[in-house]
Amino acid sequence: MRYLPLSADDRAEMLDKIGEKNIDDLFVDVPKYALLKGLVDLPLHMTEMEVEQNFSAFSSRNVAAGDVPFFVGAGAYRHHVPSSVDYQIQRGEFLTAYTPYQPEISQGTLQTLYEFQSQVAQITGMDVANASMYDGSTGCGEAALMARRITRKKRIIVSGNLHPHYIEVVKSATKFADDVVVVNDPAINQAENLLAQVDETTSCVIVQNPDFFGNINDFTALAHALHEQKMLLVVVTTEIVALGAIKSPGEMGADIVVGEGQSIGNGLNYGGPYVGLFATRQKYVRQMPGRLCGETTDAEGKRGFVLTLSTREQHIRREKATSNICTNAGLCTLAFTIHMSLLGEKGYRHLAKLNHAGAVKMADKLRAIDGVEILNATFFNEFTVRLNKDAAAVVEELVDRDIIAGVPVSRLYPDRPELANHLIIAVTETTSEDDMDIMTKELKEVLK
Amino acid sequence: MTIYYSEDHEWISVDGNVGTVGITNYAQNALGDIVFVEVPEVGDDFAKGDEVAVVESVKAASEIYSPVGGKITETNGELEDNAALVNSSPDGDGWFFKINISDSGELEGLMDADGYKTFIAGLE
Amino acid sequence: MMNNQGRPTNNNAASDAQITGYKSYTGSRGLEQEELLIYEIGDTQRTGVDLPEVEDFKSCLGDVERDQEIGLAGLSEPEAMRHYTRLSRKNYAIDMGLYPLGSCTMKHNPRLNEKMARLPGLGDIHPMQPLSTVQGALDLIDTLAHWLKTLTGMPAVAMSPKAGAHGELCGLMAIRTALEAKGDGRSIVLAPESAHGTNPATAALCGYKVVSIPATSEGRVDLAAMKDAMGPEIAAIMVTNPNTCGLFEREIVEMADAIHAVGGYFYCDGANFNAIVGKVRPGDLGVDAMHINLHKTFSTPHGGGGPGAGPVVLSEALAPYAPIPYVVAGEEEFNMVEHDVEGGESFGRMTAFHGQMGMFVRALSYMMSHGADGLARVAEDSVLNANYVLASLKDVMSASYEGPCMHEALFDDHFLKDTGVSTLDFAKAMIDEGYHPMTMYFPLVVHGAMLVEPTESESKQSVDQFIEMMRHLVKAAKGGEVERFSGAPYNAPLKRLDETGAARNPKLRWED
Repeated sequence: MRYLPLSADDRAEMLDKIGEKNIDDLFVDVPKYALLKGLVDLPLHMTEMEVEQNFSAFSSRNVAAGDVPFFVGAGAYRHHVPSSVDYQIQRGEFLTAYTPYQPEISQGTLQTLYEFQSQVAQITGMDVANASMYDGSTGCGEAALMARRITRKKRIIVSGNLHPHYIEVVKSATKFADDVVVVNDPAINQAENLLAQVDETTSCVIVQNPDFFGNINDFTALAHALHEQKMLLVVVTTEIVALGAIKSPGEMGADIVVGEGQSIGNGLNYGGPYVGLFATRQKYVRQMPGRLCGETTDAEGKRGFVLTLSTREQHIRREKATSNICTNAGLCTLAFTIHMSLLGEKGYRHLAKLNHAGAVKMADKLRAIDGVEILNATFFNEFTVRLNKDAAAVVEELVDRDIIAGVPVSRLYPDRPELANHLIIAVTETTSEDDMDIMTKELKEVLK
Repeated sequence: MTIYYSEDHEWISVDGNVGTVGITNYAQNALGDIVFVEVPEVGDDFAKGDEVAVVESVKAASEIYSPVGGKITETNGELEDNAALVNSSPDGDGWFFKINISDSGELEGLMDADGYKTFIAGLE
Repeated sequence: MMNNQGRPTNNNAASDAQITGYKSYTGSRGLEQEELLIYEIGDTQRTGVDLPEVEDFKSCLGDVERDQEIGLAGLSEPEAMRHYTRLSRKNYAIDMGLYPLGSCTMKHNPRLNEKMARLPGLGDIHPMQPLSTVQGALDLIDTLAHWLKTLTGMPAVAMSPKAGAHGELCGLMAIRTALEAKGDGRSIVLAPESAHGTNPATAALCGYKVVSIPATSEGRVDLAAMKDAMGPEIAAIMVTNPNTCGLFEREIVEMADAIHAVGGYFYCDGANFNAIVGKVRPGDLGVDAMHINLHKTFSTPHGGGGPGAGPVVLSEALAPYAPIPYVVAGEEEFNMVEHDVEGGESFGRMTAFHGQMGMFVRALSYMMSHGADGLARVAEDSVLNANYVLASLKDVMSASYEGPCMHEALFDDHFLKDTGVSTLDFAKAMIDEGYHPMTMYFPLVVHGAMLVEPTESESKQSVDQFIEMMRHLVKAAKGGEVERFSGAPYNAPLKRLDETGAARNPKLRWED
């Protein structure tokens, strides 16, 4: 019981002070039948060594991304995170602190949140960013709700090239708010005529850039046309490194930008915890969900930071809050901020270039294989190919050859046989040329 | 010009058909430092008792209910940049909006200055 | 050569100034160092990361290449390390001392859990890699699910919600979907006035009107008032148990019966599960759905405000409506169901991918370390520590309700009446004494609330020191030392901050 400091003597002495004989006397308000007489049917306590053995066993039955040529993206990306990031986030002062409700003794967390908000606003090209959402997908659901609050309209148009999980989250987030969610069919490398679908009841259009299939789009004209009709453009980015190479959603005229920030500072972690980026225009800040950190001064005039505009939040506004969100992705935002501070403008731009160069090289290698067709005209570090065989089966065959080749589109669209041969392939700075060559060689054999 | 008061601590100063609405000194005191006021849109219609505005301090938010029904004709743009006016001048420069009163009979349920004074004395 | 230069080594202060000190030129105070923003330290040309050169290649970005500078500040690695280390030292943390934030369960965060989460086979796996390559991960999720179901006595659990409030949303969406499946369109959710703000906010997100149920003078839900409010329009009750006043709802079973009698569901807010883990199973109390904050009861780190994780246990009646995805243990292998099965009734997906795996690992590591025996002791020791605080302070502070309490003790500000010291002032004075304040002004049902949750992580010595400190402060407040409180904190990195100014003129990002 290494985590429990009270000794038997302590407990007896404390019970005596309280004036009770038995620990169960303190549970007197529990209905008698419900207070367990014995222990629940689970194993007894374990030593550190035993716990480690158990987890080594879990771990060894998985294939770690770093151990094989690895090309999986589709919303989460394997990037290299500097060692100092993981060291810093494990400092007890960051790791074991609560939400910074007492600003005088939380300036560490608050100042990093302010730096985080600044970085996110800059990268997305927006005026303000919040202190993070759970992840990109839940941020996307919140964006849809926010657009309704601003426009007081209920029809949401969703691009068919938005990550399918994000589409599903938007649907469930708005499910009981009687919003109408119109979702397009996937359109790999085809222009979607989103504007034709809006009507006077439309609140927003949600698009992704680079989109789920890897295409890069310019939404400037769309934003312009939507604004003329007082509708909002929501732009989602699931690979935040891309914004080091392409124009920001803000430059294109987005009103709300949602991002998955996992790529910077955070590992794959089998899907979470990640960090949702959320940015908007100054004029909409009071309709924003989530926490915000702001600059102020203390009683002596020294600069300091506090959580602010809290009246939007559930603990004050209760049923009228902008969102029910309470926690943010605290420690993941810290990892993001430290990694981004280490990169700086120069490193971030260079990292983006490196990712893109790798993907271009990989696409060129694959293009030479019979049975592989690259579908993208434009892409950043991820693109979609059509194979001459079922993509899920090909991926399984390549697993047997110790390669994890990508994401078969059928895993997300099982009901669309026309997409059965499609595979999404991602390349990052962690992908070596050897990895690419092994993949190319083995894929060629599998497709024969 | 007559001033009426509601039990929700709003005042309405009536000039002909138009009422100017704000919150009382008692209300601004209870809320503390006001940081933001959300006023209605000009042209919007409200019934008596509808939520028409929101006033926020750092740690509290409070709805303002329309003391009468009618159409909003003007809002106090000054509050956008300077919500502190509600603290410094609740019954003057800190007014919220003007409303075209649709039924002056609704004023009858409100209190006059003396009545309101007695009302808040009872709350202490 | 021998060192023959002596130097002063005693600490005899020559004057008062040498004791009280001088204001420094830098603004720093010894180890308490001032720190600028990254934008004031670094610039766009500096970087702390070495990346390989990029060979020439033909861009496929189309015509939207970024051509504007972003303005990101970069730091070299030593600068970054120093910057964030200095900032870290401006935070209070569990590792530094007792963190009595009621309702937050600030317990020790074992580092073993961090180590387990970083095993390559757990930290470096992708949510979309083939299921055949993540069988250990699926087994882990299934194992954690088994522990949660066993501890709560519930038949099912939805693992994907990302935090407590997200779990509440999951539970209420399952309830609304279950009702709609029966063609039952109810409109009201009942929640006690002492509820966390997330409860009414969540109910509103699900399209429900929230009706508040008052508390009794004993700090519990007024059962008679709840029964009066019952009817065919009531979809659910949302009750926190143990409740936010730190008390067990004695009439919980009657509440469950009352809501079931009108065909509604019982949502239990499991924020305070720590007090009863291993001792009481919510499933035995008539609960239909309850979220579990892994970051509270099962010690995944709070990390300055997240990430959390909020799996939701569900009754048989609600299980069919649970969100996707979920893990299924087959005869030979584990499977992950990512799309609703044919004829399925899942309400949909709450998040991309599968939930907070990194938190699952940490929570399971914590649970296995404690085992069935250790978890019951977690509940017992947390309740014991809280009652010990209550017993040791109730003669000088005003306890809001009669004991025994569960894992947190609630006081109100009656004992400060006429002292000129407010709950806020009292809390800020605790900072000067080296403690994080308790939760203040929550729950809303008592005046000037102070909610103290010591947790089971504290030794008797630590709790005794806390009690002694509190007794000193109470004595000072009652003794008229108003300034000790009104200007506090005096010894923190900053004095009180101007929150009004921050909200009136929001400055939310760096700008040149």
